[in-house]
Amino acid sequence: MLKDEDRIFTNLYGRGTPGLKGAQMRGDWDGTAALIEKGRDWIIDEMKKSGLRGRGGAGFPTGLKWSFMPKDSGGRPHYLVVNADESEPGTCKDREIMRYDPQKLIEGCLIASFAMQAHVCYIYVRGEFIAERVALQKAVDEAYAAGLLGKNAAGSGWDFDLYVHHGAGAYICGEETALLESLEGKKGMPRLKPPFPANMGLYGAPTTVNNVESIAVAPTILRRGATWFAGLGRPNNTGTKIFSISGHVNKPCNVEEEMGISLRELIDKHCGGVRGGWDNLLAVIPGGSSVPMLPKSICDDVLMDFDSLKAVQSGLGTAAVIVMDKSTDLIKAIARLAAFYKHESCGQCTPCREGTGWMWRVMERLVSGEAAVEEIDMLLDVTKRVEGHTICALGDAAAWPIQGLIRHFRPVLEERISAHRRHLAAAE
Amino acid sequence: MPKVTVDGIEVEVPAGATLLQACEAAGVEIPRFCYHERLSIAGNCRMCLVEVEKSPKPVASCAMPASEGAIVRTTTEQVKRAREGVMEFLLINHPLDCPICDQGGECDLQDQSMAYGVDGSRFHENKRAVEEKYMGPLVKTVMTRCIQCTRCVRFATEVAGTPEIGAIGRGEDMEITTYLESTLSSELSANVVDLCPVGALTFRPTAFTARPWELRKTESVDVMDAVGSNIRVDARGSEVIRILPRLNEDVNEEWISDKTRFVADGLKSQRLDRPYVRINGKLAEASWAEAFAAIAAKLKGAKGERIAAIAGDLAAAEELKALKDLFTSLGSPNIDCRQDGAKIGGARSSYIFNATIAGIEEADAILIIGSDPRKEAPIINARIRKRSRVGGLKVGVIGPRVDLTYDYDHLGAGPDTLKSLASGGGFADVLKNAKAPMIIVGQGALTRKDGAAVLAASVALAKATNASFNMLHTAAARVAGLDLGLVPADGGRDVAAILDGASKGEIDVVYLLGADEIDFTKLGSAFVIYQGTHGDNGAHRADVILPGAAYTEKDGLYANTEGRVQRGNRAAFPPGEAREDWTILRALSAELGKTLPYDTHASLRDAIVAAAPHFASIDEVVAAGALPDLASGEMDAAAFDTPVKDFHLTNAIARASKTMADCSAELARSRRGAQAAE
Repeated sequence: MLKDEDRIFTNLYGRGTPGLKGAQMRGDWDGTAALIEKGRDWIIDEMKKSGLRGRGGAGFPTGLKWSFMPKDSGGRPHYLVVNADESEPGTCKDREIMRYDPQKLIEGCLIASFAMQAHVCYIYVRGEFIAERVALQKAVDEAYAAGLLGKNAAGSGWDFDLYVHHGAGAYICGEETALLESLEGKKGMPRLKPPFPANMGLYGAPTTVNNVESIAVAPTILRRGATWFAGLGRPNNTGTKIFSISGHVNKPCNVEEEMGISLRELIDKHCGGVRGGWDNLLAVIPGGSSVPMLPKSICDDVLMDFDSLKAVQSGLGTAAVIVMDKSTDLIKAIARLAAFYKHESCGQCTPCREGTGWMWRVMERLVSGEAAVEEIDMLLDVTKRVEGHTICALGDAAAWPIQGLIRHFRPVLEERISAHRRHLAAAE
Repeated sequence: MPKVTVDGIEVEVPAGATLLQACEAAGVEIPRFCYHERLSIAGNCRMCLVEVEKSPKPVASCAMPASEGAIVRTTTEQVKRAREGVMEFLLINHPLDCPICDQGGECDLQDQSMAYGVDGSRFHENKRAVEEKYMGPLVKTVMTRCIQCTRCVRFATEVAGTPEIGAIGRGEDMEITTYLESTLSSELSANVVDLCPVGALTFRPTAFTARPWELRKTESVDVMDAVGSNIRVDARGSEVIRILPRLNEDVNEEWISDKTRFVADGLKSQRLDRPYVRINGKLAEASWAEAFAAIAAKLKGAKGERIAAIAGDLAAAEELKALKDLFTSLGSPNIDCRQDGAKIGGARSSYIFNATIAGIEEADAILIIGSDPRKEAPIINARIRKRSRVGGLKVGVIGPRVDLTYDYDHLGAGPDTLKSLASGGGFADVLKNAKAPMIIVGQGALTRKDGAAVLAASVALAKATNASFNMLHTAAARVAGLDLGLVPADGGRDVAAILDGASKGEIDVVYLLGADEIDFTKLGSAFVIYQGTHGDNGAHRADVILPGAAYTEKDGLYANTEGRVQRGNRAAFPPGEAREDWTILRALSAELGKTLPYDTHASLRDAIVAAAPHFASIDEVVAAGALPDLASGEMDAAAFDTPVKDFHLTNAIARASKTMADCSAELARSRRGAQAAE
């Protein structure tokens, strides 16, 4: 279990004041100029050494991502864009950071922007996050007033402007290139890659898009040292991570924990256990709605980090743990997710546009059992034809939950179909 | 120059090429729906997925740059499955109403599903239905068939420059629409139908009339404007069903204007299908012999200076040459092909588009004088827009302030601005400092009283700034007419003088070769012979009507505004007793005892080449040499205006077309609507 002194987000529950004073008391903005003075290469190197992997879901090493920004970009400006479009069902970690610890994010923006030679940073806030945008804007205003942003930000000699942009509430705008399109004032549709944002991002200029949590942990990592961060967690899955646990647990919560904590410990220690006891557990979606679910047998001893979850054909994603006990109609739960992805598909590319609707309709029939047994395999085949064939990862995200359901709970699907058959036969 | 291996074939492709282009270079066919060479890359249909070594997922080849050493496979199981998958997704919500779809037989979806799809369907849900969207009188929509490839959206935004088509909604509810369902305002709008890979956008005027395999296809050249767009005329029997663009990178790329495309129904109505002779003030049907006798009675022995000929805008070089030779042999100096009265002629370099249409793409500064290219030559305007989108082009306009679909500096309205440019500074410096400057002069600047002075000033400016001089014509017959010398000989009368003479009784006979755009009230009591195709202005005034062949009904040579000579071919026979125009003139010459020295089309073409050698260089632009020194003159202060008042109704064929009338009315209506809303 993570020791209190190793916590990065010390005001995650809003017990202290989110204001600048309070944040500085908690150690934010301490020696920021000195960190910047150590130079870009040192910062990027430290980030690489810390082993921090992006907290937005894909788990790409953050330091490596920062190092992709071109050294010479022919006069084009550089941009940092922070992805605060936290829309993945089950995920609510960035929300808490923006509410209660916004200064960590703002300080992180300055340091990361300096490391990537960006004078401007945009934070793209999810459309539904009204209070969070207000809180974040207030924090930005406070930072400007205190000279931490603007010309010679925080006395570092680096001119830096930070803008909070409010999205319009589309899930797809959490995809980094769709986010850039939306930020440019266009329809939020993912771009083709290559070119990648590091070469051609916002307004055609080199851009890095990072998750809120990845940016917010950066100042603490630099202050306490890469070795400290790398010493937490497991190899290649280092550091701490905010987990959002929801569903059938006694006390749903956000909690910062070490990477690689076991799922059972996470639920038992922080959430008061599964409703009705561990044996009442049916399945868990470990990383936000888009990763495949795990049955109890795997949940018993799985560790919560990128590689462990990948080994059991799921993923850490955003570390949003959705717990489902035995009262859950899993088919209905996944059908609901399928409806979500159908609703949020941008419609740009064929497999996702047509496939999400098809998958959802079959799922709806599977809920009531009005399907043929062969359709389970057909549905699995359809998910395979969506997965990997689309412009962005939304196609994969729509396919995986269904694959997880079929992989682990095929008998439940078959039983539902035969129950419906029995019901029809009885009615005749 | 990266080297790429496609299915074991190594090819070298230019830097920046895509994998799809590399595959094509290797002779490997890649199916696609959204990709189009002339549009930006969307990469959304996913049909072009291929396997690339070291890439875990299949790659959209249309969007992936070819990198050195890339190994592409298109015949693997993964690729086959990916194509089948995409095909299946495209078809699940496609209505499969091919038997009642106009695209049937030339449908990309149909063809590619045969080649890359599977035979059965696994989709047992209800299919999506989408409401029709109104796009105007030309483009018919059946949006349920749409596969959201967005080619139409990209065409309207990028090529046409009228961003009026877009997609609303998202996911499977995404629909292509014109937002407020208004008529497309572009003169190139119907090209979206060619681009549409399915039957979502089809031609409204020809809906349900023919199947593509019933049509006889003839390659020809358009005469609706002076661009000389390359077309393919599709006919069934003697009826021209539709006109489609034909690829010519130097002229129209693969676009044509709506007028070029939809004027075909004008070939069927108001046609002159037999000779007429006016008897007691009324036109009466006559035989060819009677008509020729009536003409011979007037022309035989007539004094050369008391007869005159005016050639119209749609004539081919053949009949122009025959008319010229006939009137020369009749001893008449009164002949003119400039029925709009433009003060042009003389050195060839002063009346053609010297830089060529493709040359626009090299230009970095363009000055447009007295022209609205969007209305006068939409294809050339699209070329300028294409160049403008690349960046680094400065455009200045002296003339009407209109929406050209690209940014320009409006320098002024009339000759005063031209005069001030002559003294240097301003845009003259832009031209001077440019690498490839162009000056484009429209007929709006030249049909005025001071046209000659404006022309002289423009030529002088071109010389002073080292810019290429380019004349934008509006009539398909004009350049050939000037090339073949259809201008008044010494002491002869031009159009204005002919009309003047006719009203004063100094001209007894006027021969109109398809000339419909002159002021007919000034013909006085002259005996008017009208040889043409349609019962339009000219035929109404005529004393004898000789029915000729329209451009789709004869083999003819046309020189476009660049001076490029192109061959038009007969796609159908002229109606009734109508004949090819040069044969009419040839027959009449024999009747008049002045037999023209050519009996066959081939010998007539020899005569044309003898008169103007560049007519031997088909499809080429023969350089015209240095610009002449023209005598400057006094210029009027009046503003320049465009000669094209109504884009859809510029000639007799267009005026006979119901489709063109509908378009004209629709445009007027939408313009009124816009005013009311503002």
